[in-house]
Amino acid sequence: MATLNVLVLVCLLYVAFLFAVAFGADRAARRGRGTWLRSPIIYTLSLSIYCTAWTFYGAVGFAARSGLEYVTIYLGPTLVMVGWWWTLRKMVRVGRSQRITSIADLISSRYGKSNTLAVFVTLLAVIGTTPYIALQLQSVTLSFATFAASDPTAAELPDQQSTALWVAFGLALFTILFGTRNLDANERHHGVVMAIALEAVVKLFALLAVGVFVVWGLAGGVSETLARIDASPIADWNMTGSRWIGLTMLSAAAFMCLPRMFQVMVVENENEDHLRTAAWAFPGYLMLMSLFVIPIAALGLQTLPEGANPDLFVLTLPLQEGRDGLAILSFIGGFSSATSMVIVAAIALSTMVSNHVVMPVWLWVTGGTAVVSGDVRNVALLARRMSIAGIVLLGYLYFRMSGGGTALAAIGLVSFAGLAQFLPALMGGLFWRAANRTGALAGLGVGFLVWLYCLFLPSFGPSAILPQDVFDNGLMGLNWLRPQALFGAQGMDPLVHAVMWSMLLNTAVFVFVSLVTFPQPVERLQGAQFVNVFEHSSGAATGWSGHLARSEDLMIMSQRIIGARQAQALFSGAAQRQGLAGYLPEPTPDFLQELERELSGSVGAATAHAMISQIVGGATVSVEDLMAVADETAQIMEYSSKLEAKTQEQERTARQLRAANEKLTQISVQKDAFLSQISHELRTPMTSIRAFSEILRDTGELRPAEQAKYVTIIHDETIRLTRLLDDLLDLSVLENGQVVLNVQTGRLGDLLDRAVSAAGGDDRAALQILRDRDDEDVMLTTDLDRLVQVFINVISNARKYCDAAQPVLTISLKREEGSLMIDFIDNGSGIPTNQHSVIFEKFSRIGEIKADGAGLGLAICREIMARIGGEITYLPGQSGAAFRVILPEAIASEAHAAPA
Amino acid sequence: MDKKVLLIEDEPNIIEAVSFILSRDGWNVKTHSNGHDALDAVRNRQPDLIILDVMLPGKSGFDILQEIRADSELTQTPVLMLTARGQEKDRDMAEKAGASRYMTKPFSNAEVLEVVRSMVGL
Repeated sequence: MATLNVLVLVCLLYVAFLFAVAFGADRAARRGRGTWLRSPIIYTLSLSIYCTAWTFYGAVGFAARSGLEYVTIYLGPTLVMVGWWWTLRKMVRVGRSQRITSIADLISSRYGKSNTLAVFVTLLAVIGTTPYIALQLQSVTLSFATFAASDPTAAELPDQQSTALWVAFGLALFTILFGTRNLDANERHHGVVMAIALEAVVKLFALLAVGVFVVWGLAGGVSETLARIDASPIADWNMTGSRWIGLTMLSAAAFMCLPRMFQVMVVENENEDHLRTAAWAFPGYLMLMSLFVIPIAALGLQTLPEGANPDLFVLTLPLQEGRDGLAILSFIGGFSSATSMVIVAAIALSTMVSNHVVMPVWLWVTGGTAVVSGDVRNVALLARRMSIAGIVLLGYLYFRMSGGGTALAAIGLVSFAGLAQFLPALMGGLFWRAANRTGALAGLGVGFLVWLYCLFLPSFGPSAILPQDVFDNGLMGLNWLRPQALFGAQGMDPLVHAVMWSMLLNTAVFVFVSLVTFPQPVERLQGAQFVNVFEHSSGAATGWSGHLARSEDLMIMSQRIIGARQAQALFSGAAQRQGLAGYLPEPTPDFLQELERELSGSVGAATAHAMISQIVGGATVSVEDLMAVADETAQIMEYSSKLEAKTQEQERTARQLRAANEKLTQISVQKDAFLSQISHELRTPMTSIRAFSEILRDTGELRPAEQAKYVTIIHDETIRLTRLLDDLLDLSVLENGQVVLNVQTGRLGDLLDRAVSAAGGDDRAALQILRDRDDEDVMLTTDLDRLVQVFINVISNARKYCDAAQPVLTISLKREEGSLMIDFIDNGSGIPTNQHSVIFEKFSRIGEIKADGAGLGLAICREIMARIGGEITYLPGQSGAAFRVILPEAIASEAHAAPA
Repeated sequence: MDKKVLLIEDEPNIIEAVSFILSRDGWNVKTHSNGHDALDAVRNRQPDLIILDVMLPGKSGFDILQEIRADSELTQTPVLMLTARGQEKDRDMAEKAGASRYMTKPFSNAEVLEVVRSMVGL
């Protein structure tokens, strides 16, 4: 007999192994390695979370009770995979092009980014999934108890509820660890996917092993097995067509609507083409899963004692035969099925709950001000983690309250039926442009109510929640309202009855309301985007228009949500594509839409839309949208949208041309001013020198003190002249590329020390400098004197121009794609946006402050950085003036890697 | 002689030099060193002669000169403009704005004395 201890040990080892696999896969993915992580086989295996513990254990029980009917559960998804392949492809394409994070997000996105709809779908999903999670916990505790019962060394049965609690705790921990590592816009969890793919292999292997043992070990061969099946009560079973069709349709619908299936099929999808492989491989997997179900059921019924739970045949058959190893394998298989379902369901639901419930509430509570001031990213992560814990806890509570009794057994199909209510809104959204938000809400609402009344509440049994009187005579004595004979449809199977009425009424109400109500402009646009996704995928859907000044606000907001590094990369990438230098792109509709999708990966479509509209303003309804409302035909709407896009394109080109022209004019004026500036800068000290030397020459009776003073002035002014000439020559040499670099190696911290003390020899108001000296332990190999010259310039600029009452300069380091970035950010009022383009030009002094420089400092810095292969840029959207010195990988190496 | 001269200039060393030269010649020298409120300084001091630099912080010398000329009490006050930029167009602008005389830096001390004396008819 297998000892309980061995089982617990194997189980813990298996869990540790899963953690290691998930961790390794995450690491490999983050380092850009492991293309096998993105293979179609992994994708197909991840789809197998469809096969939960309910199918692993329950299919045999199902077969033992009602024969071949269990096949319907596999038949539905197979039909969808093979026959509706193009529908899935459309769903995946929409999901990817719109950066969809969950099924609630998809439906809300399609119907005008409506958060009401998202909240509704989320609630429905939580209600429909919680019993299912409870079912998984039950299966693990039940199988564990089976083991315990067969182990004579175990003194007493372990408490089922504490087992369930430990399992729930472990699952929540795993999901939080690997499901919320980052708030990635594309929402992929390589570690989790890898772990569930592995579990898929384990559970298939376990079931096949038990099957092989039963057929060849117990029955003694294929023909003997067939004979045993013929002799079993399973052979007597006769099918009812309506239930067969009903169940197949139900499982097909559930396959597309289950939040966890949506998560692995659409959200975690790496490549649309993976569906091609999955279209044959996944049905193959299901076939293998169902291959030995009947033999196991038949032999279980015959060999096990009367009254044995058929749901546990997979486990009890090997146990009874003394095959402990096989039994443990079988337990691990069931364990895998249960855990993978809970993990993915918790991720999918937590995304929905945090994006559509917690975040909007938080935004509303903080009045939207937090969009630019708070750390949205941490709030979103925290919300997601809490949601995961909450959802698993909910499953556990449901398990406790239902007592793990038989009521749970029917829950699988009840859950399926509840979640299948998404189908009309989902399919209508993908294929029918006239489908609208009101219709979707009404259809979902009616379908949900019917499901609740006809299936969910009765599933607890007569008199449990609904009194027996309601079953017999209908609600409030209305005969046509009997929950299992709605509108007098008597004599039907209760499940088929409920599915038929809920889906029928759901679809009818959805279609009818969509036809009689009018969609909002945003819905029309999203409708076109979804229904014609294959034409639109790269096309420009409009909806936003903004102005350059807002780009900076958008950047500030984006940094809070997706992190500074990613936001800066996104913005500078967009700017580059538009042919602009720096970090601020034109807020074109294309860019705003890209940004919105990027943000929606973190906070959901509806929230992202609301955040951007807070900054860009109520630009959601453009002229084109109004045209669309005025005109009923889709063609004219699209035609006008193209015209609009063209006009906007022209306006944009014109704006860019004007900007270029403005810059040229500015530069020309500057060139013109250059001579006049040099003249001024040279003549001013010369004036003093000449005047005082004439005074010294022509005035006889000067006091010695006066004499000394005037000579000092002459001396200082000649030094000023020399410095100016040095700067000019320096710049000229740098500009002509004649400079010879004196390459040395030194520690960044020491260089900054040098620069700070050189820039500090001044009696101006003290500038506080904040540094992280540990970070600065980086060795640099370049012309160090030149680099220090750049640092001195930037630091003394902060000293001169930072206008804060208590000036503070923060020097911080970042690494990105190998480059080292040194940011100098002060707390003053910064440099106005319209001056950003000229600060690195010669003689450009910002504002009217008379500073002692000639305005050549930053121009020299720019040239120096270009010579040593780096860059200096102005970083907009920070707390004050911010300069970023970028050093390429070749220059900066970690301290320990540096030559001694 | 007790003529009052107002020197509007922002370079401390040049202020010192010009003040020294003119005081020794018997002028009563007042100084002012920014553009913002130069006009107020002129109104308060009521000088016999103004020496005005072109490049001042806050406001350009040309603009200040225009304001001086626009004030009915000050239309006749002689103004000597100083510039360090020495370009033709600066001279034109100074004339247009109503400067009485115009000098380019650096200048000789003797020349400055001669010019300011001639401007007040000495």
